[in-house]
Amino acid sequence: MNGVTTALTRRQLLSRIGLAAGGTMMYQAMTSLGYAAESSYKGPVNLQGNPKGATVLILGAGVAGMTAAYEMRKAGYKVKILEYNARPGGRNWSIHGGDTYTELGGHTQHCQFDSNLYLNPGPWRIPHHHRGLLHYCKQFNVKLESFNQVNYNALLHNSKAFGGKPQRFREIDADYKGHVSELLAKACQQGALDQAVTKDDQELLLESLRSWGALDKNMAYVKGEASSTRRGFSKFPGGGISGKPEFSEPMGMDKVLNSHLWAALAAGNNYEMQTTMFQPVGGMDQIGKAFARELGPGTIQYNARVVQIDQDDHGVTVTYEDHGADGARRTAKADWCICTIPFSVLSRIPIQVGQAMSDAITHLPYAASVKVGLQFKRRFWEEDEAIYGGISYTDLPITQISYPSTDYHSPGKGVLLGAYIWGLDAYDFTSHTPQERVRQALEYGSQLHPQYKPEFDNGVSVGWHRVPWTHGCFGQWSEELRAQHYKAATQIDGRIAMAGEHISYIPAWQEGAVLSALDVIGRLHSKVMATGGQA
Amino acid sequence: MNTKTLAMIGLLGTLGVTGWQQLPARAQTSDATGFLKSRDFSHADGPQIYGTICQACHMEGAKGAKGAGEYPALAGNPKLGAAPYVEMMVLGGHGAMPGFGGMLNDAQVAEVTTYVRTHFGNHYDDPVTADDVKALRASLDSASTSDE
Repeated sequence: MNGVTTALTRRQLLSRIGLAAGGTMMYQAMTSLGYAAESSYKGPVNLQGNPKGATVLILGAGVAGMTAAYEMRKAGYKVKILEYNARPGGRNWSIHGGDTYTELGGHTQHCQFDSNLYLNPGPWRIPHHHRGLLHYCKQFNVKLESFNQVNYNALLHNSKAFGGKPQRFREIDADYKGHVSELLAKACQQGALDQAVTKDDQELLLESLRSWGALDKNMAYVKGEASSTRRGFSKFPGGGISGKPEFSEPMGMDKVLNSHLWAALAAGNNYEMQTTMFQPVGGMDQIGKAFARELGPGTIQYNARVVQIDQDDHGVTVTYEDHGADGARRTAKADWCICTIPFSVLSRIPIQVGQAMSDAITHLPYAASVKVGLQFKRRFWEEDEAIYGGISYTDLPITQISYPSTDYHSPGKGVLLGAYIWGLDAYDFTSHTPQERVRQALEYGSQLHPQYKPEFDNGVSVGWHRVPWTHGCFGQWSEELRAQHYKAATQIDGRIAMAGEHISYIPAWQEGAVLSALDVIGRLHSKVMATGGQA
Repeated sequence: MNTKTLAMIGLLGTLGVTGWQQLPARAQTSDATGFLKSRDFSHADGPQIYGTICQACHMEGAKGAKGAGEYPALAGNPKLGAAPYVEMMVLGGHGAMPGFGGMLNDAQVAEVTTYVRTHFGNHYDDPVTADDVKALRASLDSASTSDE
């Protein structure tokens, strides 16, 4: 049977399923038939069978823990969550104006943002194909808005090119594609592609290059209407007596190549960054809060610092310091345990698991990352530069400036992401005080925007290795570490199983946490059913 | 030292080639731009390395920190008496601690090892040299290879 026939058959089948059983079933069928979506999310969870009152203790009220709690309770389990923080969400977190944050080492920041402004120190955007997370946003009425990733009017900046002067994304984009297209067209016309491309296809190739690269009728990328329509005009079309536009002069290919700014052009091409992306209105923490609201009062015990995890044939016993009360050590018992504590933290907690799981827990390094939020007295990026949302990229340690994708044109103050730092620079920034990080971000950012210093109001910063409840940003699996430890980390070890972004191939994304939770509760439920429900 | 530790540390060989910054931080960094070259850090000395990297977690004064988990204090820490232990931690990391062997050269590993062993109330004066680190790196690499 050839591929076309198969596809038709599948399509007919799907349409019948869709008619008979509705969208959800059709989506599940599509997934199982190999119309694989980018996410492995298989639609709403439906755990069949009565667990007969079996109890599950979940460690961590982050996205993974609360997903597991929500679904297992729905399936008939008695669930309880122990959470280190005094709030739900974990890394799903926003710092709002008025909030206080104390990092490891003791530095406390009192966020001076206006009360309606915030920074998402952790996850800050949601791809349209993160179906698991989006499902819960929809179900829990978390209002979403567009996150603007690519902005053609934002800046590309290399401190060692163009005398340090930032360029517009649209200019680099147009000039790079234009020159590449012209080169390829020349090669084609000179017969250099005769071996690789048939004559007929060469015609198509040339036509596509003219379109893609904004070439003129002579297949050249030159000053004129075609190129200015892409890269912008030196005088943009206007109205009335002086409305006639003037074309702009493309920069030479050598300049474009040597600037290295082309390296930033594909940032929005990765499937994880492709339009449409979302953010919750009012901060990413709206998702964590919504989960906690759905779980209701009493499910999550806050201020509980887990210090030991034991298990035997009959159940799991977790010892914790009860900082919501007197700080004394107490124990919680359950038939089963889902542990979402990051391995960066868990590797310091005695836990009774087999050698393979133990090795996994103690061999996963956590990535360094830093974010800095800066509040300015006015939204100069909009008012002066017509930059509405999106991201400017730079070779400076701050790596990027992201402008708020919300409340456009609002008068008064605005908060932008003034640094998103990785690697060596992230360790460096983390090593310094929150105030020094803000000062550095301001210094670097002023190379892109001269308005920075006169308009600066205040800032906050988060170095993830100093975040008390994670001790790092996310589990940094290498291929070698995956090969050695990932499978062990996913196993149900007696009565204990792990969940979280680190138990996924979507590290650092909330979708990884959701999918990991849904995967583990399915397997745990099967195990419980196989042993007749409550142990 | 058990073979698993050796095997883990042996990964450094690979990390050293690919460069630690290319570790798969890919989810959130897939928009990191390619022109971001890591700055030249090869001239940083012991105190600078401590202040730029180690201090992020081990804190000022190497006093460590306690949150949901814990960063051990290096101040007055008797484990630092064994120089190879410190060198290995710097090279290969352990637990949540990443290895920095791909980022620091042998002389730098020796320098930062010496720095933490002779400051913060530690008085381990026996010298650590780049050759010591080089030998350790090599032996760990070959141990890892023969372990496979």
